[in-house]
Amino acid sequence: MNHLPQAWGRPRDDVYGAYDNSHFQSAGPNQHTQSPIVTGTSVVAAKFKGGVVIAADNLASYGSLARFTDVKRLRKFNDNVVVGFGGDVSDMQYLDRLLNSLDIRENYSSVDDPLNAKNLHTYLAKVMYKRRSDFNPLWNHLLIAGLDGEAKPFLASADLLGTTFSSPTLATGFGAHLAQPILRRTIPDEDSVQNVSQDDAVKLVKECMKVLFYRDARSMDKYSIAIITKEGVDLVDGVKLENQSWAFAEQIRGYGTQTV
Amino acid sequence: MAAIFSGAPPQSGPGYSFTQTPKAVPSGERQHGFYPYTDNGGSTLGISGADFTILAGDTRSTSGYNINTRYAPKLFKIGGEGPDNKGARIVLSVVGFAADGDALKERLDTIVKMYKYQHGKPMSVTACAQRLSHILYNKRFFPYYVHAILGGLDEEGKGALYSYDPVGSYEREQCRAAGAASSLIMPFLDNQVNFKNMYMPGSGTGHELKAKEAGPLPQDHVEDLVRDAFTSAVERHIEVGDGLQMMIINREGIHETYTALKRD
Repeated sequence: MNHLPQAWGRPRDDVYGAYDNSHFQSAGPNQHTQSPIVTGTSVVAAKFKGGVVIAADNLASYGSLARFTDVKRLRKFNDNVVVGFGGDVSDMQYLDRLLNSLDIRENYSSVDDPLNAKNLHTYLAKVMYKRRSDFNPLWNHLLIAGLDGEAKPFLASADLLGTTFSSPTLATGFGAHLAQPILRRTIPDEDSVQNVSQDDAVKLVKECMKVLFYRDARSMDKYSIAIITKEGVDLVDGVKLENQSWAFAEQIRGYGTQTV
Repeated sequence: MAAIFSGAPPQSGPGYSFTQTPKAVPSGERQHGFYPYTDNGGSTLGISGADFTILAGDTRSTSGYNINTRYAPKLFKIGGEGPDNKGARIVLSVVGFAADGDALKERLDTIVKMYKYQHGKPMSVTACAQRLSHILYNKRFFPYYVHAILGGLDEEGKGALYSYDPVGSYEREQCRAAGAASSLIMPFLDNQVNFKNMYMPGSGTGHELKAKEAGPLPQDHVEDLVRDAFTSAVERHIEVGDGLQMMIINREGIHETYTALKRD
């Protein structure tokens, strides 16, 4: 212990060496986000007749460390829209605050029509594009699910570069590789959305969450799922994966110590 | 801030016991880890005729080996009334980085609409073409990463087609292919539209041989060429496919068609 209060509670320099402050900036340009730190993995979503279903697990990873296991990555905006966030969690929290202030402003305005999913997607896409153009990106891949101005199912994505696209089924991150092919098997195009019921779509998305848990090392078995229909938003957090079967695991050869 | 750390001994003091402590800020500027562009694949093409212009583009959007969506239009009506561009006479096609393409489309569309409000007449394609060049050139040091093609009818009612590079160089042409499969489609167009390497049969041998004169082609023939170009490109380029969107601009307005392409 020394008499400098600034040093109290800090690792002792004679034991641990001087604090390495080389990562503090002394000169040079402003540093913006160069890579995400705490991250969420896939978001999965599919349209069905009369609405959209969207899901994301509750894990926030710090590299390969499963750091936070109770993170809600689906955000209800109003009775028409849910936003799903993949990528950096702190940027997600920033966008959450941004959406909060947008919502408050909207509720105080004299316009009666609430913002629909299409409006919100346009807004978020412009935010993302502006930030990438400033070389200060929000390191996220967003899915915006809900109903458009004509109360038809709407599903679109916006990413850190400001790229946007819409499709009857969407999945971000690892889900783009693993879940999207499964979803497209049932819902290959816009026309087939009419043949898919809410129950079918929910079952399909839950199946995708299971496959992602099996194969995505940065995923977990607890997730949020939201269903958006004319009746409003039904968002459930902390759903556990059901009917897991690890029977295939003992068939796997080639990893570990077994001698084939 | 500095006071908080002033309690520590100078950096030249003892280092970590297990490894050498870096003692100075790394010299030189740190590299940016963020690259603001991506390639969303796809291809576009435009051909102009005597009294029409056709623009076409596939509707696939990709990132790497992934298909983002099977329907993301690359053709946009410019001007006209309202968000649906009713009564528009100009079409812009953009291929490359889709986010820049959308931003570019939005800017040009606003400018053309404002022109009509301010001058009480629609903007000519010639003027619009030059304005588009200026928009691209203005962002020369952080370019819109797109190959744009602009189509419409000129003041004489003839088909007009302008093609651009990402920094605004532009040229009026008879035909142009852009995007991922441009290297596959453009030579086909050179041959079939501008009749390159085509000669009049029986016109002689050696220097006597007469090159085939290029001229405006009929509309149905051009439509066939476009379809052939894309069905062939789909076979050989993985970023092209899913659907073919065509916009035909003539005296009546803009006629839009969609035909399916292979989704493999």
